[in-house]
Amino acid sequence: MSDTLQPLHTPIKRRSFFQYAGATAGATALALAGCSKDSDPAAIVPVSSISLGTGDVGMLNYAYALEQLEAAFYAQVVKTPAADFLSGELAYFTQIATHEAIHRDFLKTAISGAGGSLLPTLTPIFTSINFSSRASVLNAAKTFEDLGVAAYNGAGVLLKSQTYLTIAGQIVSVEARHAALIRDLLSPGSFADDNQVDATGLDKQMTPTDVIAAAQPFITEKLDASSVGK
Amino acid sequence: MNFFQIISEIEKVDPEVYDRLDSRRSIFKHMTGLGQKLTAAAVPLALGAIFNKAYAQTPVGATVNDVLNFALSLEYLESYFYNAGQASTTLQSGLSATNKAALELIRIDEANHVTFLRGVLGTAAIAAPTTATFDFTGGKGSAGGPFADVFTNPATYLAVAQSLEDTGVRAYKGGAALLMSNKTVLTAALNIHSVEARHASRLRAMRRAGPNNNAASQGVPVAPYNAAPKSWISGTDNGGASPTQTAPIYGAGNNTNAPTNVTFDAESNTTQGGTNLTGLPNTTGLSAAAFAVAITEAFDEALDVTTVKTIARTFVVNGSTFLA
Repeated sequence: MSDTLQPLHTPIKRRSFFQYAGATAGATALALAGCSKDSDPAAIVPVSSISLGTGDVGMLNYAYALEQLEAAFYAQVVKTPAADFLSGELAYFTQIATHEAIHRDFLKTAISGAGGSLLPTLTPIFTSINFSSRASVLNAAKTFEDLGVAAYNGAGVLLKSQTYLTIAGQIVSVEARHAALIRDLLSPGSFADDNQVDATGLDKQMTPTDVIAAAQPFITEKLDASSVGK
Repeated sequence: MNFFQIISEIEKVDPEVYDRLDSRRSIFKHMTGLGQKLTAAAVPLALGAIFNKAYAQTPVGATVNDVLNFALSLEYLESYFYNAGQASTTLQSGLSATNKAALELIRIDEANHVTFLRGVLGTAAIAAPTTATFDFTGGKGSAGGPFADVFTNPATYLAVAQSLEDTGVRAYKGGAALLMSNKTVLTAALNIHSVEARHASRLRAMRRAGPNNNAASQGVPVAPYNAAPKSWISGTDNGGASPTQTAPIYGAGNNTNAPTNVTFDAESNTTQGGTNLTGLPNTTGLSAAAFAVAITEAFDEALDVTTVKTIARTFVVNGSTFLA
């Protein structure tokens, strides 16, 4: 446990809080219906936060946080499958769950291999997701996969090593394949919708702070991505 | 201090290092003089200065533009393919309504990629190829290649489409490391890359459910995945849609000019970042063999420019220098 990062018990600055709250509000479109209560700024004031770190190790911890979230989500989907899943859908979720667990465990190994401080195991908050409902599960999966794609796309320019850039590329296209399938299961033909792919044919990218703000409602520990990639 | 070994190392990262240096013969002349004046200890510093000049004075855009024109060539290939497919009434009559709409969406995305890349390249963009540049039957101009019914048989059409998209995904991934010097371009390339992956996923779903099925995503993949693939690449997908032609799309690339610590492995690769991932915790109760397959699915692989060009030229007529 010596490599476990200790939470930094630093009160968040007032101005940072408002930036944080603003980012959360902006991300509500990505969040799920029914979790608006969780986005109430009064309820999410972080009293302390865990820094994801700096440089490429910070980037790896950032990806590790997202993959932890995805892996935990799909593990729950497979553990308590929705009764109204269509034929074959549980098999898809089972495979995606394995892919995400592999991404998570690979990143954990990579962070240790790079001599970095490893982010602790995060505690997910999935109270806004109804795991007995196919629609709720698919909507949540869509949110996580599209967020993952945008996160890795935005991470590219922040990575300093060609090795990690290539690996990020190797993971993001699998996330995009997942995203397209999930979207089509939810709404046939929405694999590359106009709300995801812009008029020039480009997918989205997001900064680490925006991504973590969008993911934060699903994570108990307060994460600070402000130094990631710097 | 081995000067040529240094250049050889740089060449792995920047294949055009010789061009950069050669275009500045004056630097070599300069260096000849340096060798006489400097002590051995000072030579490394002098070399550093030379390389600083070579790289600082060469517009970074030279290399970036080469990569972008390569990407533009691939986008032309895809764009013309979907244009021809959407124009074939015979083909369209064999596709379900949702599949027709999906292919039109993909066609528009590819056309937009062409427009976008031309915009980024400006006057440095290659000339637009003519439609006669391509023979999508794979016949090199005979129009009677292995995919002879590509524009009349939806199954063949989707097989070629999947092959083009999977190739594109690997090509952009391989190009990313060459674009690190230009952050705007790198992000744009990544944003195109993930769209190609979305396309590939959809096309694979259409193939496993059948061209005339409106619920493309609910088809069942059937091993060894040649005709009914998963939405992601599993191992080498047994060589893909038509192994005689498509196996290289899922195979290993050429590592001769690979960036440092990057290898162009086959899609069946289970080692990432120097770690054999079959040793990771197998937490989902799979057999060791099934877990190894899942590892190959969890990571797509990059491909080098030379290998991608060879694959893409399957669809370029003999005598054309396009993508040569």
